[in-house]
Amino acid sequence: MTEETMEIDVSMPTNTVEEFLRMDRMPHIWCPGCGIGSTVNCFAHALEASGLDLKKVAIVSGIGCTGRVAGYIKLDSFHTTHGRAIPFATGLKLANPELKVVVYSGDGDLTAIGGNHFIHAARRNVDMTVVLINNYIYGMTGGQVAPTTPIGATASTAPHGNFEEPFNLPYLAESCGAVYVARWTAFHVRHATKSIKEALLKKGFSFVEILAPCPTLYSRRNKLGDGLDQMKFYRESSEIRNDADTKTVGLSFQGKIIVGKFIDKDKPTYLDIMNDFFAQKFGEKYTPYKG
Amino acid sequence: MKADPKGIKAGAYFIDGDHACAEGAIAAGCRFVAGYPITPSTEVVERIAERFPLIGGMFIQMEDEIASSIAIQGAVWGGKKAMTVTSGPGFSLMMEHIGLAAMTETPCVFINVQRGGPSTGLPTLPGQADMMQARWGSHGDYGIIALCPNSPQESFDLTIKAFNLAEQYRVPVLVMLDECVGHMTERVVIPPADQIEITPRRYWDGPKESYLPFKAGADRVPPLIKVGDGYNVHVTGLTHDERGYPVMSAAAQEKLVRRLVDKIRLNAEKIVEVKEEQTAGADIVVVSFGITSRVAIPAIEQARREGFKVGHLRLITAWPFPSRRIRELSAHVSCFVVPELNYGQMVREVERCVAGRTRVERVSHGGGGVHDPKDIYAKIMTCRKG
Repeated sequence: MTEETMEIDVSMPTNTVEEFLRMDRMPHIWCPGCGIGSTVNCFAHALEASGLDLKKVAIVSGIGCTGRVAGYIKLDSFHTTHGRAIPFATGLKLANPELKVVVYSGDGDLTAIGGNHFIHAARRNVDMTVVLINNYIYGMTGGQVAPTTPIGATASTAPHGNFEEPFNLPYLAESCGAVYVARWTAFHVRHATKSIKEALLKKGFSFVEILAPCPTLYSRRNKLGDGLDQMKFYRESSEIRNDADTKTVGLSFQGKIIVGKFIDKDKPTYLDIMNDFFAQKFGEKYTPYKG
Repeated sequence: MKADPKGIKAGAYFIDGDHACAEGAIAAGCRFVAGYPITPSTEVVERIAERFPLIGGMFIQMEDEIASSIAIQGAVWGGKKAMTVTSGPGFSLMMEHIGLAAMTETPCVFINVQRGGPSTGLPTLPGQADMMQARWGSHGDYGIIALCPNSPQESFDLTIKAFNLAEQYRVPVLVMLDECVGHMTERVVIPPADQIEITPRRYWDGPKESYLPFKAGADRVPPLIKVGDGYNVHVTGLTHDERGYPVMSAAAQEKLVRRLVDKIRLNAEKIVEVKEEQTAGADIVVVSFGITSRVAIPAIEQARREGFKVGHLRLITAWPFPSRRIRELSAHVSCFVVPELNYGQMVREVERCVAGRTRVERVSHGGGGVHDPKDIYAKIMTCRKG
């Protein structure tokens, strides 16, 4: 966005994403060096670039550090229960299909306690965009082990190191039916912005994973330096491999990070299928459901 | 306002309480149902799934009861009237979202066709042991409304009432059937739409810029808006201020949660409904609800034939509990007899209200069947004066 910023008139607000934020709620709760704020910046730019009518965009979060995102975005916004953002979003979208519904939450929220909802929304291809911020641990509660913690990393409830196999989230999303799957890091702000924009404009269950540093509870415990050190690590260890086979993009502790847009395909959504199905079944008696 | 005639099948039918409940929801304007199969409630969603496609409704069978109980809340904010349907084990899973609905003041309806518990218990047999769970099952303090039909006709009528109360008070409303009422087949009259009174959603009609989503008027119930109309509302399960913004303080908690409790407690006289029979001048009053209220009738009639003044008070609203009425009756009643399919739940409310002024006798039954009326009769006999 550098070129655009340079062209801005000095009388304009210096932060162009302010209009997308609830500035009356600043300062936010995130720690210095946390990557979530960077992803929110990407999201705001993606919203702007999407051309969507913002009145018709709603955002839903679960619980946790990333779960606080909904509360800072100036849209109709819902901060729900732990792990349940996706089924809330499912109800919201199916009740009012003209809304663009975004779920914005963390790795623990969406894939541990919310894992069942994640796989079923992807399976149904409910039209929603899921932005998942993966910081490898539970941040809000103090750095506990998560289904995304790499083997060998320590966490407050894995003080001797994690030995459980973590999820490969792009592979999970693809195999459950997601029509759009991308992964970036908080370092890849332009790519992430572009992917979020594409996901917002995609019909069906779209999924963007963004790896983000948690300097307070992940990096410090694992002696990985501060937020800046993690950004340097992301820069040095990431390899962009668009269209990569998602089976091959699993993450390891401080190992190579495969990023890119892995999946982008078209498939009818839950509502499209339902309407077609009932139209065939009932013929003219059926009025297509539009909410 | 009157009900929307679309979808209402006026007429007289011979259907069970579960099917009547589904028809009640349709008549009330419910057009979003999310559910998960569980005996003995499944017939409700089966009928909804059958009926909804041709009347513009959305039924979705979710992956579990947790998902069902929050999908309906998304749907309510999306503009629909919505409900979910379950029985004991599913009701336990839904507690999380009864709390969310209470905290975010999301008007929605939960149907619980009670079976024997705890745990998996007696899937196909009746119980009335979720009554305290209905009141207190989710953590924290909140107000709630729970209704207890005792027939398929009431299953229809009270499901409509549940939707109306949900909209009136922006609160989750629970309809507490039991397996007997759910599976009992009787005559059910579905009136034409112009004879069905519907409480519409209470939308904000003031200027957009002065809307505060959790600022309530004198009745303690804030008005709603429609998502997608540009209000940029924020809704959270955290303790929040009138803007809906999280505020972590004792003062914010006091202001919000007291209102959530008071909007039901202080409106209780308007909400409470009981059916009384021969309670004036009664010496003994049987307090009952659901199927047990029908099982108690032969016992009451037998005692009356023997010359005893026995009244019958039936709870239509279990919550809020008719505290004032029970207190009034305790001035002249010498004994309350409380039969229920549990080991003592609603009887505690009767005991609380009479505060030791008069005797309260429970007639417990663990569920899996209904009382033998002789057991209720025998308890009435132990209450005779002298």
